[in-house]
Amino acid sequence: MTMDTLRRRLLMGAALGAASAPLWAADDPTGGDPLGSMQWPGLRKQYLGDAPMRFSAAVLVKGPAFADDAMNVPLLVDARGLSGVGGGVARIQVVVDRNPVREVLDFEPLKALPMLAFRIRMEQASPVRALVQTRDGAWHVGSSWVQAAGGGCTVPGATRADGSWSRTLNQVQARFFNNVLEGSRRLRVRVMHPMDTGLVAGIPAFYIEQLQLVDAAGAPWWRLALHEPVSENPLITFELPPQSGGGFRLTGRDNNGNRIDAEVIA
Amino acid sequence: MKSLLLWLMAACASASVAQSRPDMARLDHDLRPRQIAESTWVIEGAVEDFSRANGCNIINTAFIATGAGVVVVNTGPSRGYGEQQRRAIERVTREPVVRVLSLNLHPDYFFGNQAWADRPTQALQGSINGMQAEGRAYADNLYRLCGDWMKGTESTPSRQAIEPGMLQVGSHRLELRRLSGHTSDDLVLIDHTTGVLLAGGLVFAQRVPTTPHADFDAWLVSLDTLSRWITTENIRQVVPSHGPLHSGLGGVDQTRDWLRWLTTHMRESAERGLDLSEVLRLPVPARFQTWAAQPAELHRSITQWYPRYEQQVLAAPTPRR
Repeated sequence: MTMDTLRRRLLMGAALGAASAPLWAADDPTGGDPLGSMQWPGLRKQYLGDAPMRFSAAVLVKGPAFADDAMNVPLLVDARGLSGVGGGVARIQVVVDRNPVREVLDFEPLKALPMLAFRIRMEQASPVRALVQTRDGAWHVGSSWVQAAGGGCTVPGATRADGSWSRTLNQVQARFFNNVLEGSRRLRVRVMHPMDTGLVAGIPAFYIEQLQLVDAAGAPWWRLALHEPVSENPLITFELPPQSGGGFRLTGRDNNGNRIDAEVIA
Repeated sequence: MKSLLLWLMAACASASVAQSRPDMARLDHDLRPRQIAESTWVIEGAVEDFSRANGCNIINTAFIATGAGVVVVNTGPSRGYGEQQRRAIERVTREPVVRVLSLNLHPDYFFGNQAWADRPTQALQGSINGMQAEGRAYADNLYRLCGDWMKGTESTPSRQAIEPGMLQVGSHRLELRRLSGHTSDDLVLIDHTTGVLLAGGLVFAQRVPTTPHADFDAWLVSLDTLSRWITTENIRQVVPSHGPLHSGLGGVDQTRDWLRWLTTHMRESAERGLDLSEVLRLPVPARFQTWAAQPAELHRSITQWYPRYEQQVLAAPTPRR
């Protein structure tokens, strides 16, 4: 970084900090962010408002050392460390400081374990955050820096580029795996969808908005809201209780109103 | 056992060669041709990943002064490398360069071609097609990785397509053979006069193989073919594009060992239900841990290829309701 850009970032950060939280703006323009990101104060205000929060080592965010494929950056969020805190995890929200679309997903584990593996697009190197709310309302924030050459949000995915997306839209592949983690039964789900970010010329945003797993009685086991940065043909890994029987359905819809509805056979 | 001993000796011999010292301030690669056989020299790249410290010079290039002109093999990662390679060759021999070969489509095999604009630059047609299609993306990537070392470099694909076959050039009986697997068109050059085999990207020694254009099954078949050639055709030295020169099967066996391990590792991990994030964090066996470009190259391979193994393991689409 040149001195000029450094100075510009400091000024920008100071301005942001001053606007959003005058208490610490004077001395720390990053609002106490352990990763030192100028975007954090604004991000905190936007997503957490004035709710109590702390940075927590109990929330693990694991990204690659370097994002070799900026259109498929693998992330693993694990908040099992909060299982005994504040009544347990109510929701996990994933945001990326420096992506043009910051929201990645919002996960309510319900009966699942509070952990999730998935892939995202990244436009540049950035902190990745898991904002985890426990049932008592408190927020616990885990972060990780992901280095990337970037560009992942502004080029079309493979199935958009070759036009094949329309033949497989909203098809579901799903499979259970036993014994990956002790005390859990893993479900991996892949939904075919181009997940267009809206940032490629002439291709409007087109992405899955909602997914949930429901049992035979119609009760949800987890709920997931997705946003544009989730990679094309999302492959998402969930952890369910080991005694979860069979007869699940995966339901949801994309932002154009197309329905997703498939049996998930145990 | 004998081949292992020869392999170790060769590895030690090349380790004792004076290392070139790239000078970032002057963008000087300090290229030092080393004679490895009669009228045959190699210019050895660092056995590392691309970096600014090594000037992104990680490839072994070679040249043969045949008596009827010089045959150059591979032109390095940048215009600057190509120009310095040309000067280094001119310091060694007064023979004119008569052809410049690139053994495959990867950028470090042809990005020095700008320095050879007045000479025939040649590659297999499939390689040329790939250079034309991907040159710009290579340049973006190398400018990001190598910075100023890339100054003035523009992707300049080889101009002439060549066919496999025998080439008598001066006193050297050369043969070009086409294999595949590292890329779809892998050129191998055998100098029957000296027993030197230039293996291109099919063979890596003490360095994690790169796999962006790999076809693993075809690559393993090609390694068996190379083994046969090396053991039955009086091949005295094997020059991989990445890693120390050696005699015998050391590099071929290492490359095969790695490819078999990598593909088995990915298949078994996918069958267990592991996510890409988890596979990136699994340890590699001890025998691979000291190899150059570890773990960056492993991570690149897994990031690119593991999703295909995951997709194979996931069931066919579940019934729609």
